[in-house]
Amino acid sequence: MSLSEQQVKEIAYLARLSVDDGEVEQTTAELNNILDLMADLAKIDTQGVSPMSHPLNMSQRLREDEVSEIDQSQEFQAIAPQTGKNHFLVPTVIE
Amino acid sequence: MQRINSKVRPIGIHDCQKGCSMVWETVIGLEIHSQLKTKSKIFSGASTAFGATPNSQACAVDLGLPGVLPVLNKEVVKMAVTFGLAIDAKINKRSIFARKNYFYPDLPKGYQISQFELPIVGEGEIEISTGDGKVKKVGITRAHLEEDAGKSIHDLYDDYTAVDLNRAGTPLLEIVSDPDMSSAKEAVAYAKKIHALVQYIGICDGNMQEGSFRCDANVSIRKQGAEKLGTRAELKNINSFKFLEKAINLEVERQQDILEEGGSVVQETRLYDAVKNETRSMRSKEEANDYRYFPDPDLLPVDIDDELLEQIRSNLPELPTEKKQRFINDLGLSDYDAEVLTSQKAVADYFEAMLDVGADSKLSANWVMGELSAVLKKNQTDIENCPVSAQAFAELVMRIADDTISGKIAKDVFKAMWQGEGSADEIINSKGLKQMTDSGAIEGIIEKIIANNSAQVEQYKGGNTKLLGFFVGQVMKATQGKANPKQVNQLLNEKLS
Repeated sequence: MSLSEQQVKEIAYLARLSVDDGEVEQTTAELNNILDLMADLAKIDTQGVSPMSHPLNMSQRLREDEVSEIDQSQEFQAIAPQTGKNHFLVPTVIE
Repeated sequence: MQRINSKVRPIGIHDCQKGCSMVWETVIGLEIHSQLKTKSKIFSGASTAFGATPNSQACAVDLGLPGVLPVLNKEVVKMAVTFGLAIDAKINKRSIFARKNYFYPDLPKGYQISQFELPIVGEGEIEISTGDGKVKKVGITRAHLEEDAGKSIHDLYDDYTAVDLNRAGTPLLEIVSDPDMSSAKEAVAYAKKIHALVQYIGICDGNMQEGSFRCDANVSIRKQGAEKLGTRAELKNINSFKFLEKAINLEVERQQDILEEGGSVVQETRLYDAVKNETRSMRSKEEANDYRYFPDPDLLPVDIDDELLEQIRSNLPELPTEKKQRFINDLGLSDYDAEVLTSQKAVADYFEAMLDVGADSKLSANWVMGELSAVLKKNQTDIENCPVSAQAFAELVMRIADDTISGKIAKDVFKAMWQGEGSADEIINSKGLKQMTDSGAIEGIIEKIIANNSAQVEQYKGGNTKLLGFFVGQVMKATQGKANPKQVNQLLNEKLS
């Protein structure tokens, strides 16, 4: 499997990454190299090996259902570009 | 499985221009987002209380600030497993969290933590009544855990969208059905069933106005008997059962119009507008509809051990179907009555609280399903907000049972109770509504009436027995309804024979 330059542009858009036209060719080549490596890995016989979703062979630790956070909204709003009436403000989003 | 046509138009039969007639079949699947009733969020220790000052309950984890890590809430896992056991589903003893990537201002991390490949609850099923006394099984594909997003408020500022992230990170259980429903009515029946169930098992408050229970409907149509599913539209923004039914019916109609004019349905997300009563295409997120799910590296796989599973199983509360069966077996209620009384947890709780005080089960059932629900409906309220408590209502029903008042008088007493005029006994005493049981006094009244209505007495004795009602009416009028109707009938029969 290999990606076309058009697909790379689409993926970049989905991830909101700006890839200049001048960078597309090189980025595409680099990504395809990674895909080739994946294709090599896929050749390994994994019959009977259960898939891993995490590199650590451990279970998720669970916490008790308790409210432990205090209101720090003033601090959080102070580092936001724009706020008003206790809200974070962003350019108008049209539904 | 029985197929029932949509009732949007007469049995879904249409004449197309060529003069043939087409029969369409509706296929509906529902995605229900049920907000889990925890104190804290799914991955952080921030409060989930509704209605707080904007952003006061959005902590660093919820905001996705650098350096934070999500830690899973144990209660959330228990609640999801409880639901799975309640629908007899497969519980995945190992489930994994994944990132669902998209960009929107109310999703600060740029991804929603959800479950994709291995959801916590696998396949299950639930039975619904289709209205004609038939029962239908609806499959549940899966139920997975995820975090809610924040809220975007578009009307607070002219030039900005305001973002409140208090809701971000609130635990949700998304319950995905198979496309097993074939009419809006069935979809509503299914949604109501799930709505009742999540409240019974105590995992969701079911408050649709506050958004604790939200339905998205996947709707498509196909020619009757066709194997392949038609292209579906996903309906969002539905916050009541009434709107769910309306939105589906509108959508079916829209798709029929398109297909019958030779067009094709586009797969898209449509927003239901309750004010305009229409569905309309949402911001076309189709081009971006690739969420690029991948396992969240911040979260390890969730393992549910046998001990936890057994603990949850043994603490499972009485399920609606079990309660219904108990009402039939132990209380002698009819199947229909038991179904109505258990269809909502709040109604079942009210009814059972009446029995606890000592009210008769059948009489209580009749009064809850009759007068009480009629008055609640008339006042556009529900049993949870009923001004008359179950204990107070039980007292009223007990006064009917012990012949203190008749059923007719009881309705008046109930009206006064609703207005806050006091308890049943207080109202009966202060208004002097106690039933006359002194047979001598009633006899005296009857004798007077017989004497004053000789013509009717003649006719009655001549065979017009329907006139008994006339005499009963006269007695009731003379006693202001306080005579015991049973006693009046009995005495009249004696005197007139």
